Amino acid sequence: MSFINLREKIVQIKIVYYGPGRGGKTTNLEYINRKFNKQIQSEMVSLKTHGDRTLFFDFLPFDMGKIKGYEMKIQLYTVPGQVKYNATRKLVLKGVDGIVFVADAQEQMREKNIRSLNQLYENLKSYKQSIFKIPLVLQYNKVDLRNQGIPILPTSVLEKDMNSKLKVPSFEASALTGYHVPETLKKIISSTVVSIQKKLL
Amino acid sequence: MNYGVVSQEQLEKIDEILTEKLIKIGVDCVIIIDMAGNIITAKDNGTSKYDVYSFAALAAGNFATVDAMAKLVGEEEFSLLFHKGTDCNIHFSKIDDELLLISMFGKDISLGFLRLNVVETIEQIKKLWARD
Ligand SMILES: Nc1nc2c(ncn2[C@@H]2O[C@H](COP(=O)(O)OP(=O)(O)OP(=O)(O)O)[C@@H](O)[C@H]2O)c(=O)[nH]1
Ligand SMILES: [Mg+2]
Repeated sequence: MSFINLREKIVQIKIVYYGPGRGGKTTNLEYINRKFNKQIQSEMVSLKTHGDRTLFFDFLPFDMGKIKGYEMKIQLYTVPGQVKYNATRKLVLKGVDGIVFVADAQEQMREKNIRSLNQLYENLKSYKQSIFKIPLVLQYNKVDLRNQGIPILPTSVLEKDMNSKLKVPSFEASALTGYHVPETLKKIISSTVVSIQKKLL
Repeated sequence: MNYGVVSQEQLEKIDEILTEKLIKIGVDCVIIIDMAGNIITAKDNGTSKYDVYSFAALAAGNFATVDAMAKLVGEEEFSLLFHKGTDCNIHFSKIDDELLLISMFGKDISLGFLRLNVVETIEQIKKLWARD
């Protein structure tokens, strides 16, 4: 849940990058950290294993400037994608305002994407939040691998698998090259801001 | 309190309590956060500067982790959460199900004295919300 400080006119918004293991969530934040370094005042925090897998979360605070006189502090988090870490995934989701679901567009990842999305639905439900109501953007990541001849799912298939009921904004992307990473971020920020704006009387 | 939005007066009163009860006895920095890692308010003694946003994210995670471990071993909660360093100590205390009070303090204050003041601080903050 976003937190609004009426005295200092600061709004804190929690956006979580969610998705299957090795899908590219951390890579999204690393790109944002490099690309928007002017809007980022502190170090990215990464709680990870020696093998660079997210163990608990990554955290990156992002200054958005002002909307209606309120300073927007966007707090970006990633969850650990590995199946065994669902308990920690749930902890990170606590109080979430908006979600980017990072799917891995490789053909072999089709099942895992769907399973992860279903678990997101369940995890949100445990906090009495609905995947159909929360601001959500889908990202079909790693499409750059197409150029290397690696089988990538057509976007129409990904849309059918994941977005036929949700009907939320979606992007093909490459977190590695940054393709559509800023677009994904802007979209989730604007959806989230719209959804909490009614609190900013 | 309408959680999610705290009024200006409420924040000012909370800050007063924090200053009076904790900063004045020598606590370096005190932060109130929610369990999602948002900062409700932060007060310091003017000399210590911490990156409070990252701190809040990590502290919320730390608290949630310890809480989950407590449940795994059949405890309702671990009531004392305290990290001891050479120059800096960190003390966590739950205000209610949503809020945490975190105090950072040095060698000059004993843990017992700090805890006493934290308990009083929390009582006063709770009274404040009960009134509104
Ligand atoms: N080719 C390609 N590789 C990518 C892309 N995004 C991420 N990767 C690679 O995929 C691997 C996993 O990326 P991470 O960002 O660590 O994945 P994650 O989702 O954070 O993984 P967990 O922390 O385990 O949940 C790394 O080797 C990345 O370099 C992409 O767009 N294209
Ligand atoms: Mg990661």
